Amino acid sequence: MLGKKSKLTRTVELTVIAILALLFLFPLYWIITGSFKTPQEVNSVVPVWWPYEWTLRNWKTLFSKLKAPVFEVMIPFSQYFSSDGLPIVMLKGVTGPAAIRWIINTVWMAVASMVLTCLTAGLAGYALAKKRFVGRRIVFTLIVCAMALPKQVILIPLIREMSALRLYNTMNAVIFPIVGWPFGVFLIKQFAEGIPDGILEAARIDGAGELQTFKTIVFPMIKPGIGALAIFTFISSWNDYFMQLIMLSSTNNLTISLGIAKMQAENSTDFGLIMAGAALAALPIITVFIIFQKYFTKGITMGAVKG
Amino acid sequence: MGSKTSLSKALVRRETISGYLFMLPCLFFFLTFVIYPMFMCVFTSFFDSNMGKNTTDVFIGLANYRELFSDRIFLGALRNTFVIVLVSVPVVMVFSLWVASAIYDMPMVLTSAFRCIFYLPVVTGSVAVTVVWKWMYNNYYGIFNFLGKNLGLIDKNINWLGDEKYALWCIILILLTTSVGQPIVLYVSALGNVDKTLIEAAEVDGANRSQVFRNVKWPQIMPTTLYILIITMINSFQCFALIQLLTSGGPNHSTDTIMYYIYYTAFKLYRYGYGNAMGVVLMIIIAVLSAVQFKLGSSDN
Repeated sequence: MLGKKSKLTRTVELTVIAILALLFLFPLYWIITGSFKTPQEVNSVVPVWWPYEWTLRNWKTLFSKLKAPVFEVMIPFSQYFSSDGLPIVMLKGVTGPAAIRWIINTVWMAVASMVLTCLTAGLAGYALAKKRFVGRRIVFTLIVCAMALPKQVILIPLIREMSALRLYNTMNAVIFPIVGWPFGVFLIKQFAEGIPDGILEAARIDGAGELQTFKTIVFPMIKPGIGALAIFTFISSWNDYFMQLIMLSSTNNLTISLGIAKMQAENSTDFGLIMAGAALAALPIITVFIIFQKYFTKGITMGAVKG
Repeated sequence: MGSKTSLSKALVRRETISGYLFMLPCLFFFLTFVIYPMFMCVFTSFFDSNMGKNTTDVFIGLANYRELFSDRIFLGALRNTFVIVLVSVPVVMVFSLWVASAIYDMPMVLTSAFRCIFYLPVVTGSVAVTVVWKWMYNNYYGIFNFLGKNLGLIDKNINWLGDEKYALWCIILILLTTSVGQPIVLYVSALGNVDKTLIEAAEVDGANRSQVFRNVKWPQIMPTTLYILIITMINSFQCFALIQLLTSGGPNHSTDTIMYYIYYTAFKLYRYGYGNAMGVVLMIIIAVLSAVQFKLGSSDN
């Protein structure tokens, strides 16, 4: 079936695509090499394509400029009892570079969003696909409509809601709306529809309880969907800059994206330092993406093609 | 649900109870953190409201909406948003379809390598991508001025982001690189799913490449095209991080978009109700455009 494309067309096509791919890779290349350049090389009018002398100066500045406790564990719900309305710190790590704290915050935020999303969407997606409950149509329509609307317009009302709930400027203010976003339910529903009704019927006749059925029969069958959703949620919450920007403000609570944006605002001409920050923000998530690429691709195609 | 009428009443009740128990955690987050704020967005748009702790909201009816359509900055932001959408959507559609049809039948390793590379700007994250482009656009040390001068395209340094003539186009260029990733992934998978026997049959009948594409592949990837059209449109309407980090809507409001102006109104001017009125207008625009595209797309089939 490849016969219709001549060899010449293929070669030209491949060359053009390869050049474009290099252009797409260039910003990343510029971030990484830039983070190892000296200030003279960074601020050179003639671009330095490859650093002459690799320096760790930018990385050292990144890790020494701002300080914060490496981690803090709060007493859950303590903001509702404390005098200042802020959560009470139960355990505090040693003071270290703020950049490390930002990475830890981001990982925590992304992992918590991922676990909660998979849990709620797994249960709900199965129910929507297989349970014939009253009002199912209405719930599903609401979910589809919410998905089509721009996510960001709700963020302003969310601020007020979060301050009323005393969640503002905590990680939960970022995590909960991500979990509430209905894309995951929609995705898992597509997978769960493939479960044959007969198996579920048989389990019921054998006297298996609802949760047992879910655990032993449903979950193994929707596992690929859960995998795709997990990686998709992890990456998109890591990069959800707008949500983080409006919900988090104190230095201790920033995510890595916010931290870089803050440094950029404060030292807008120190491009070397900013590139080191950008590399620190981008490289972990790119690594995750490359390792789990297969599942990720499945996640975005499953949501679309069948939808 | 015709076949379900045979289910007994007790079974329906059982299904309903267990169904809602399974839905409960999800519905809690969905209703509290998506539907309620969406409702509040519409509701507060009829009030004069600020973020202050000790002030109460005053009902002012449609005054926010009336003010919107005489607000020159808002109208400018609306225009800029439409420029971004009208330029980026067609370019993204054509570019991603072209790349996808070139790479989908390459050897597996090449297909996934290219797919991965074109997706990288999305994964890299808007902040990291934006700061490096800011450097590349820089007036003195930027790579664009260097290349432009050496290739003879410009004769003196241009302040790309500080010049009303260029700033919006600079933003659109970055937006394009971060928008083609997902459509390429979707098109590669859709083209791979096109029924091979149909293509072979058409080729046996003597159809050339463009005829095969137009008559066999295009109709089959239509649902994907429709989906990509809608998500690309929504993404372009929501362009925010690039603007906030690169130009803050400047110079002279030439790069304001609705999303950025909503943010500016709510967080710099503290006009909460007014910002929400803009949010409602944006929701209506997107809903209408999605519905129109959906109608056109499904009547095509």
